[in-house]
Amino acid sequence: MSVNYKPAIHFNHVDFSFGETPVLKGITGSFPEGKITTLVGPSGAGKTTLLKLCNGLLSAQSGEVYIKDRPIEDYEPVELRRLVGIALQSAPMVGGSIYNNLSLPLELQGKTLSKAEAAELLQDVGLEEKLLDRKVKDLSGGQRQKVSIARTLVNKPEVLLLDEITSSLDRTSLKEIEELIVKINRKYGTTIIWITHNLQQALEIGDFTWVMMDGEVVETGESDLLNDPANDKVRRFVRGEAE
Amino acid sequence: MSYLTLSITLIFVVIPLLLSKTLNLGLERDTIVATLRSIVQLLAVGYVLKFVFDSESLIYIFLMVALMIVAATHNAQKKGAAIQGITSKVAVTLIFVEVLTQGILLGFNITPATAQYIIPISGMVVGNSMVLSILFLNRFTAEVESHQDETELILSLGGTPKQAIHTQLINSIKASMIPTIESQKTVGLVQLPGMMSGQIIAGADPIQAVQFQLLIMFLLLTTAAVTSVMLGFLSYPTLFNQRMQLMKKEFT
Repeated sequence: MSVNYKPAIHFNHVDFSFGETPVLKGITGSFPEGKITTLVGPSGAGKTTLLKLCNGLLSAQSGEVYIKDRPIEDYEPVELRRLVGIALQSAPMVGGSIYNNLSLPLELQGKTLSKAEAAELLQDVGLEEKLLDRKVKDLSGGQRQKVSIARTLVNKPEVLLLDEITSSLDRTSLKEIEELIVKINRKYGTTIIWITHNLQQALEIGDFTWVMMDGEVVETGESDLLNDPANDKVRRFVRGEAE
Repeated sequence: MSYLTLSITLIFVVIPLLLSKTLNLGLERDTIVATLRSIVQLLAVGYVLKFVFDSESLIYIFLMVALMIVAATHNAQKKGAAIQGITSKVAVTLIFVEVLTQGILLGFNITPATAQYIIPISGMVVGNSMVLSILFLNRFTAEVESHQDETELILSLGGTPKQAIHTQLINSIKASMIPTIESQKTVGLVQLPGMMSGQIIAGADPIQAVQFQLLIMFLLLTTAAVTSVMLGFLSYPTLFNQRMQLMKKEFT
C-alpha cells in the first residue's frame, strides 16, 4: 500500500508482547504523510498497542519503527511525543477547567497559553469561547473528546493518533468530530491514524485503511477495500461475522 | 513495680479474652500470642538495654540502632514490593533520617551522647519513619495504579516522568504526613503521649517531661516529612524506563 506516498510512519517486521502474550506479530507497512489512515479490526487485534508504538508510549521488542524516515530510537521521547500526538480513547482530563487542560502541554514546557490562543483552539474544534472556564467534569462526551483533540493540537503535531474517539458518542457529536478531523487534516496537512470500529466512518473519512486481526495486518489499501475485501477473514469481519 | 504486681495486670489480658470467648470473636489465640510476645520481647529488650547502658560502649549502641533499622526496613518494604529496589530505598531513607536527627540532637548538645538517650530516641524516630514509609508506599502504589490514564496523558503530551507522576507523588506525601500533624494538634487535649506519661509516672517533673515530649514531637515532624519526601523521590523514577514509559500496570 501507498508505495507512491512518502511515509510519515513506517513499520518493519515489528513484534510486541505483553509478558508472554504476543500482541503484534511481524507488522510491516507505512502510514502515508498527510493522509487519513484508519485502523479497523476486532477488539484485541492490537490496534491500540500499534498506536502507542507510534509515539513511544510503548517500544517494540523487535523490528524497526521509522518516524519521518528516522528510526524512532533517534528521537528523544519528549520530542517524539510532541511530533506524534495522541488523543486517547477515554479522553482523560486533569482536574479544573477546559483552560487548565488546554494549557497543560505548554505548562509542561514551562510556557503559558494565552486565553486568546486557548479561545482560538476552542473555536477550531467547534466549541464556544465562553466554555473556557467550564469545569471538565461538566462536559458531555462529545465536548470532552473535542477538548482532548484541541489539547493534543497545542503541540502542533505532524501526526495525530486517534484511539476510538467516537465510540461512545451520539450521531451528532460523531459527525462533528469527523468533520473536525477532516478539517485538521486539510488545514494543517496533519497525518491522521484513526482507530475506529465504525466501518462506514472508515470508508467515508479514511484515505487508506489497515485491517488488523490477532496482532497481524491482514489487508491494507485504499479505504474502499472494505467494500470488497480480498481476504476471506476480512470479508467475514466486514459482514459482521468475525467479532 | 514488683513481678507480683505486674502479674496482677494480666487481668487486663483476661478481660478481652473473656469478651472474645463470650462473643465468639475468635481472637483468643491472637491475644495470647500477642501477650506472650510482648512479655518476651520487652523483657529481652529490657535486659539488653540494661547491658548496653552498663557497658557504655558505642559499638553496642550502633548495633542496637542497626538492628532497629533492619527490622523496620524488613517490615516497611513489604508494602512497596512492586517498586524495584524498594528494600534499599527504605533502608537508605531510615538511615538518613536517623543520622539527620541524631546529628542535630548530638551536634547541638540537645541530648547527651549516651545510650540512655540515643537508643530510646532512635527507637521512636526509626519506628515513626517505618510507619510513615508504610503509609506512603500504601498510598503511592494505589495512586499510581488508579491514575494511570493521567500519567499516560501527561507522558503522551511530552511531559517527563516527574511531571507525569507529580500529582500522585504530592498527594501521597501529604496523605502520609497528615496523621502525624493531626495527632500533634490534639496532643495534651485528647491524649497524653506515652513517653511523657511514663516519665510522670516514674516521678519526673511534669514540666521537664513536657519539654522532652515537645522535643520528640518536633523530631517526629521532621521524621515524617523527610521520610515521605525522600522515599517518594527515590521511588518514582523506578516506575519508568529510559524511554520514559510507565513500566508496570499493576502496583498493589
